[in-house]
Amino acid sequence: MQLSGNSSQPEVFPATLLDLRRGDAAVLDSIDLPGDDARRLMEMGFLPGTRVTAGLSAPGGDPRVFQVDGSEVALRRETAKRLKVRLEKRPRPGGGKTPRT
Amino acid sequence: MSECSDCHSCGTTTVIEFPGPGGISATEPKVVAVIGPPNSGKTTLFNRLTGLRQKVANFPGVTVEQHTGMAELPDGRSIHLIDLPGVYSLSPRSEDEQVAYDVLTGNRADTPKPEAILLVLDSTNLARHLMLAAPILSLGVPTLIILNMADDLRNRGGHLDLDKLSAELGAPVALISARQGEGMDGVFKFLAGAMPRPAPKELPVLQDVPKCRQWAGRVGSQAAYRAPLAPQWTRRLDRLFLHPVAGPMVFVAVVFAVFQTIFNAAVPLMDGVKWLFDVSGAWMAAALPESLVRSLLVDGVWKGVGSVMVFLPQVLLLFLFIGILEDSGYLARAALIADRTMAKVGLQGKSFIPLLSAYACAVPAIMSTRTIENRRDRIATILIAPFMTCSARLPVYTLIIAAFIPQRHVVGPFLDSRAAAMLGLYVLGFLAAVVTARVLKSSILKSGRTPFLLEMPSYRWPTVQSIGLRLFDRSKVFVRRAGTVILLVTVILWAIANVPTQNGHPPAIENSLAGTIGRTIEPAIKPLGFNWKIGIGLITSLAARETIIATLGTIYGMDPKSHGLDLQNAIHRDLTPGGAVALLVFFAFAMQCMSTIAVVRRETGGWKWPILQFGYMSALAYAGAFVAAHVIR
Repeated sequence: MQLSGNSSQPEVFPATLLDLRRGDAAVLDSIDLPGDDARRLMEMGFLPGTRVTAGLSAPGGDPRVFQVDGSEVALRRETAKRLKVRLEKRPRPGGGKTPRT
Repeated sequence: MSECSDCHSCGTTTVIEFPGPGGISATEPKVVAVIGPPNSGKTTLFNRLTGLRQKVANFPGVTVEQHTGMAELPDGRSIHLIDLPGVYSLSPRSEDEQVAYDVLTGNRADTPKPEAILLVLDSTNLARHLMLAAPILSLGVPTLIILNMADDLRNRGGHLDLDKLSAELGAPVALISARQGEGMDGVFKFLAGAMPRPAPKELPVLQDVPKCRQWAGRVGSQAAYRAPLAPQWTRRLDRLFLHPVAGPMVFVAVVFAVFQTIFNAAVPLMDGVKWLFDVSGAWMAAALPESLVRSLLVDGVWKGVGSVMVFLPQVLLLFLFIGILEDSGYLARAALIADRTMAKVGLQGKSFIPLLSAYACAVPAIMSTRTIENRRDRIATILIAPFMTCSARLPVYTLIIAAFIPQRHVVGPFLDSRAAAMLGLYVLGFLAAVVTARVLKSSILKSGRTPFLLEMPSYRWPTVQSIGLRLFDRSKVFVRRAGTVILLVTVILWAIANVPTQNGHPPAIENSLAGTIGRTIEPAIKPLGFNWKIGIGLITSLAARETIIATLGTIYGMDPKSHGLDLQNAIHRDLTPGGAVALLVFFAFAMQCMSTIAVVRRETGGWKWPILQFGYMSALAYAGAFVAAHVIR
């Protein structure tokens, strides 16, 4: 299911939660997962339009904790990459990861 | 997902209608349901209200646990409380949500429809938790909105206007701290039926999560809700516990400390229990005249029950640890750290908690797999949990190791040969679990793609009451088992070992009914190096592993050849070293526990999985023991 928070505006920096490094924040745009899974994520706070901040992670960076809507929820990489975000600021130049286009 | 899938029509609003005038003040609530999202402190409140007057069962027909209890009001009246499972919403998708929905709407024949609801929410995360208020309030049942963790909210600078919130929601509101007992008078007032009932309000469409969240946010801001600052201590502790280097070290240290405590710190306590049983047994033996009844009471029943009760301190210490880890919030971090490793065998971080618990006992471990939403992961965890070396195996291991392995140092003063053998058996069980998980998850239990979601609760001090209640509960189960299953098996064994009588005298043990049964199965177990006496022990240990000790004690005691020897020497004369190792391997793999079989049937909702599991583990035990008996001579 595609849940779009603001589909009329073109996305400037399309990315996923996977592209966020620790401390980075972004606004969630859509959840690319089947209905029930998306709903569960939304009930945990991952609603399109919500600000998500990447937090600490397990050793090796997977799963990672995300701060969303007053809670901290850990997601595996495979789930995090299904959550599309709009980056609030340009990625730092020379950083390890750059948003995919 | 359809956003308009139920009776709450899309785009319109639902108005709650409370029952006619009078409401709860006219008819005092007799049955009250407690509901709330996970980590809202719902169970803490339930424990505070009911204390020891509670019991745990299952809702008939489903695998959802039902906690019920009696709460006493200050005026002496009693209220029947039902603690429903923690849910984020009432849309019946999971079994938990279905049960919560059915109970609240009075659609379960086995549970009376609640006359009132206590909705427990976390006040430090009000806006998100308020989303559950919409479906609950729309049921039209008198509801008290309980905002829990008032102490946290205050300490972290949060704020809200209770009266405005109550007016916005159209329901009474109480701000409490269930841990500290703060604000409980408001809860009692509601339960006594004396709380004013505000006017009904408009509620959002329930199936639409974004709209529900918007509504909850609006209600929160109308009530002047100021979210508290981020929990500084939680952030600080997480920087340590989830540190790339320090985190795993703490993790290993915690697991090590758990084992160290249950195996070393528990020893004096266990010696104390053993002493109590020895002294009282000797006293009984002296007080009773020499007879068959005395041998039954002293050698059979008392020794049998005592050999199990010795392990009570160990089981309690393990549950104490797990309780502290769970209630403090560390277990969620442990699950996070363990996730990658567990993923390698196809499982996930949430399986770590049940598997750690299974080192104490598989029964509560299997019950705690409920936190795993993915059904296939959950079944895989249930199927491998009995491979973990539970405390019931310890008396068997201890006896056989002590009988066959001389004590010597292996690695300096740190590890002697007996401890090394014990460690080896732990590793053996663990490897069997890992290989089995791998096989299951790449074949019949291959997972779909249900996302792994793990909420990280804030760290909190565990309360003495919550841990104490849990330990009390565990002791009850343990003592009951020692007192019933093991007692019964011992008495039956004693009886069949004394029939048929020959010329009015009890038969020689090999001619008794028990001996006949043992000799009948002897050909099947001979390849494993076991004789018919061990065979009888294997049969009785189907009830519970540790029963074999009381059984062998009874049989050797009745056999003139070993009469007078202590159990350790008797078994040493009766088994070859190969047979002893085979017996250890057999116990490491076999599923000899009625309670586990029963709980697997209950948790998986049928006989399919317990039968498969029993067959698989028995086959593995037989094959493993066969190999051991032929390799070691």
